[in-house]
Amino acid sequence: MNPYQRSWFVRLATILVYFFLYAPIVILILFAFNASRTNITFQGFIPYGERLVMEGSLVRASPCGPFHWFCELAKNREVTHAARNTLSIAFTSTLISTIIGTMAALALQRYEFRLKTFSQISLYIPIVIPEIVMGIGILVLFTQLFSLLNSLLGLSGDARLGLGLGTVTASHIAFSIPFVTLVVQARLHGFDKSYEEAAMDLGANEWVTFWRVTFPMILPGVLSGALLAFTLSLDDFVITFFTTGPGATTLPIYVYGLLRRIITPQVNALSALWVSVVFLAVLAIQRLENRQV
Amino acid sequence: MSEFAVELRNVVKRFITPEGHEMVAVDHVNLQIRHGEFFSLLGPSGCGKTTSLRMIAGFELPSEGEVLIDGQPQGKKPPYMRPVNTVFQNYALFQHMTVFENVAFGLEMEKVPKEEIRRRVGEALEMVKLSGMERRRPRQLSGGQQQRVALARALVKRPKVLLLDEPLGALDLKLRKEMQLELKALQKEVGITFIFVTHDQEEALTMSDRIAVMNQGKVLQIGSPMEIYERPNNRFVADFIGETNFVEGEVRSMEGEWAQIYIPAWGRELSGRAGPGLQVGQKAWLSIRPEKIRLLDEPRVNESIQGRILDVSYVGADTRLFLEVSGVRLKVWEQNRLSSLEATHFYRAGDAVYLALFRENVLILRRE
Ligand SMILES: Nc1ncnc2c1ncn2[C@@H]1O[C@H](COP(=O)(O)OP(=O)(O)OP(=O)(O)O)[C@@H](O)[C@H]1O
Ligand SMILES: [Mg+2]
Repeated sequence: MNPYQRSWFVRLATILVYFFLYAPIVILILFAFNASRTNITFQGFIPYGERLVMEGSLVRASPCGPFHWFCELAKNREVTHAARNTLSIAFTSTLISTIIGTMAALALQRYEFRLKTFSQISLYIPIVIPEIVMGIGILVLFTQLFSLLNSLLGLSGDARLGLGLGTVTASHIAFSIPFVTLVVQARLHGFDKSYEEAAMDLGANEWVTFWRVTFPMILPGVLSGALLAFTLSLDDFVITFFTTGPGATTLPIYVYGLLRRIITPQVNALSALWVSVVFLAVLAIQRLENRQV
Repeated sequence: MSEFAVELRNVVKRFITPEGHEMVAVDHVNLQIRHGEFFSLLGPSGCGKTTSLRMIAGFELPSEGEVLIDGQPQGKKPPYMRPVNTVFQNYALFQHMTVFENVAFGLEMEKVPKEEIRRRVGEALEMVKLSGMERRRPRQLSGGQQQRVALARALVKRPKVLLLDEPLGALDLKLRKEMQLELKALQKEVGITFIFVTHDQEEALTMSDRIAVMNQGKVLQIGSPMEIYERPNNRFVADFIGETNFVEGEVRSMEGEWAQIYIPAWGRELSGRAGPGLQVGQKAWLSIRPEKIRLLDEPRVNESIQGRILDVSYVGADTRLFLEVSGVRLKVWEQNRLSSLEATHFYRAGDAVYLALFRENVLILRRE
């Protein structure tokens, strides 16, 4: 047995890390079942009842029982709308960024071209520069571009181009590409070109070789890149904040708006659902990464 | 059918190294490989064997010269348009496919009907003794079995030529020897031209009909294993294949296939078979294989030379003697023909011996 595993220090550190990482999440989820609307202290779970019974800020009974706040959430038109926006942005940006990011990874692996080092480094930049800088940059780009286009095309009124779902999706695609590329590159590292050569040697042209040999071999990497892009898009706040427009509110933006008023257990319920989705996604990534080529 | 299965005409391959230098990996190579031949490319690491093979397969294009397969110039044809198949050194089996799917892949590409694919894959797997393993994944096979799958996958296509790049390199010695014999038998059975790359001279000698010895991108000699071993053209070949003693000298006279060489260290002339390009007055090497030197206890033959044993090592079948002959060191292998434990039957360090270098066993090679 590894001697470090027995050390009290290692154990303590492990427990502390888990505590600080997961205690907030556990409490957050617990408070989604809180009977108190003000949600400052935990007032117990909500019992089932025929009708909703309120007593001040306390919920005494609800047809949904402990899941009262989840039901409220489902009835909330603003939430469902924001959820729909969030998912449609996440799906579209994941699909497109996965395709582009995978192609970039393949190109960087197999071709020699001028500016190759530059291209590789430029992948890290969006990851390391502060998100707020990216957000402002993208905002400036869009507003300048749109005002130019609007005056060039003579658009006015509702026809004017402006911020909205399209701009949020485009910016999510932009910031997801480097992540997808890096994940796929990690998968491609040590990918032996002899597999592709073997396929061609056996009579497969470039296209068939890609779909029958290369793609199945890199698929776990592509999928985990896609899941990463998906979770990044789901919970992005900063860049979305700068690029969103009327009718394009996403869940993080919506929650932020709620926080400025009071934090009802609805927010906790929403967060609990969210954590579950992301948790499942991370589990899936893990399984894919561990799968052997 | 053209005369040769594969022909390389003045093929040159240059690479730009990552450091930006130009290097010549294959230097004006000419090869003519006959139909049904087991042909080996033999040479030290980095001499251009793999590059030559890859140009035949179509993975690399020659910088100069021409590759012909069955008389057809290949030009820039991609690998999937060439009637050759390759067995890769690392086998390159598709890990996400079963053994059956791996072997069937090439036939699917030819759009062979399903029924026929099943039959031919079955036959191919039977040929390499892997029947019953169809549904395994490559990872679930031993190295030797994976090697056979790679072989079946290439042979099932019935190529005109099979290219093998050190296919036995990853196997342990015993399995390697077994596979050498099997591969050779298989080649005779299917009658396909094999071009086999190896840096193991013993492997090349046991398996090949003909061998091309390469060094630094050039082909130095092409011949049967016997020709390569018994009549090497130059010092590199003599040295690379088996072991050889070289003694410096100067050509004194030539007559037909024989030449006289003067050895300054010994102050005498010796006679031997003249190598190619030899000229009178030129500096040359006297070359003789260690097992072809005869040892005598007393100076019986008039040409015998006296030497002293420096070291003796007993290696079972042979006794290896290291001698000093007037300032020149020579290796001599003596077969242990008698089963004996008596020390007197063996040579001992310090003993004086007489050597006979018969002219049939001596080669006189040019000194470049
Ligand atoms: N793609 C390449 N770029 C640059 N140089 C290369 C390339 N491929 C091969 N070379 C060089 O060409 C020379 C011949 O290589 P090759 O692989 O043909 O050698 P080999 O005889 O097969 O050696 P080994 O027995 O080690 O496999 C080597 O010096 C190698 O470094
Ligand atoms: Mg090689």
